[in-house]
Amino acid sequence: MTEISLSHYLFVSVALFFIGVFGFITRRNMISMLISIELILNSVNINFLAFNKYLFPEKAEGVFFALFIIAIAAAEAAVAIAIIISVYRRFRSIDADNIDSMKY
Amino acid sequence: MSVSAFFFYLFSSLILVFGILTVTAKALFRSAIYLLFTLTNVAALYFMLHYEFIAAVQIIVYVGGIVVLILFSLFLTQQAGVHLSRPSIRQIVFSALSSLSGFALVWTVLSHHQFQATSTTVSEYNVAQVGRQLLSLGRDGYILPFEAISILLLAAMVGCIAIAYKQPDPVSANGKAKELGNIIKVEKELAEIK
Repeated sequence: MTEISLSHYLFVSVALFFIGVFGFITRRNMISMLISIELILNSVNINFLAFNKYLFPEKAEGVFFALFIIAIAAAEAAVAIAIIISVYRRFRSIDADNIDSMKY
Repeated sequence: MSVSAFFFYLFSSLILVFGILTVTAKALFRSAIYLLFTLTNVAALYFMLHYEFIAAVQIIVYVGGIVVLILFSLFLTQQAGVHLSRPSIRQIVFSALSSLSGFALVWTVLSHHQFQATSTTVSEYNVAQVGRQLLSLGRDGYILPFEAISILLLAAMVGCIAIAYKQPDPVSANGKAKELGNIIKVEKELAEIK
């Protein structure tokens, strides 16, 4: 197949999404989990832009969705890192397994 | 194989390879650097789709903002050269199985679905049009989400400062003693005035 179609982009997007899911499940460090979430958000963005390009080329809805997702990802990363730093100050560790004082 | 197809395969294989390295790297610093490469290659894919504006935003916000933020927090919370604790083999096997089966499920559904393009007319897409649409009050306008996202960003900014700000310890003996001393002084002064 020489022509790049929509399903090529979808394959990349789905693969990247599940790589992110794998990282989110296996990693226990909070920063690693945040990195995996960034991978997942990026795969969603690829999806939006590919669908917009191939199915609705006369509109720009996917572009706006991608823009808003990027803005929300930036806000989410900033808040997550503030929480991580605050947690580190309290527990001297950012392993999700060690932070269990509200669990029992 | 055409040139664009070659570049598509190049960029997408780089995305997947660096993505896998991101979630499997032993050192957290390397993981963040692999994330940077992944995000840059995703931006290259956006360039191939002719969404240059989104590609630029991706590079500015993700590569220049989020990865740098992650690196900063990494240096604040992690000792250099310390490796991450490895998950157990059982955990790796089961998470690989679940993500592979999820991938297989989604991919079988997607590959059996025929996507139909609604129209073949390609309109000229440019940044000026995106900006106008973002601030337009009309039918295709995005002014409400735009305003909502600006409030969200402001709230996130204030929230970050409030969460990460180091509060002075209220129970520290030093602070309490000072407070008590101040109160006593004020009371003495009041008594003198009387």
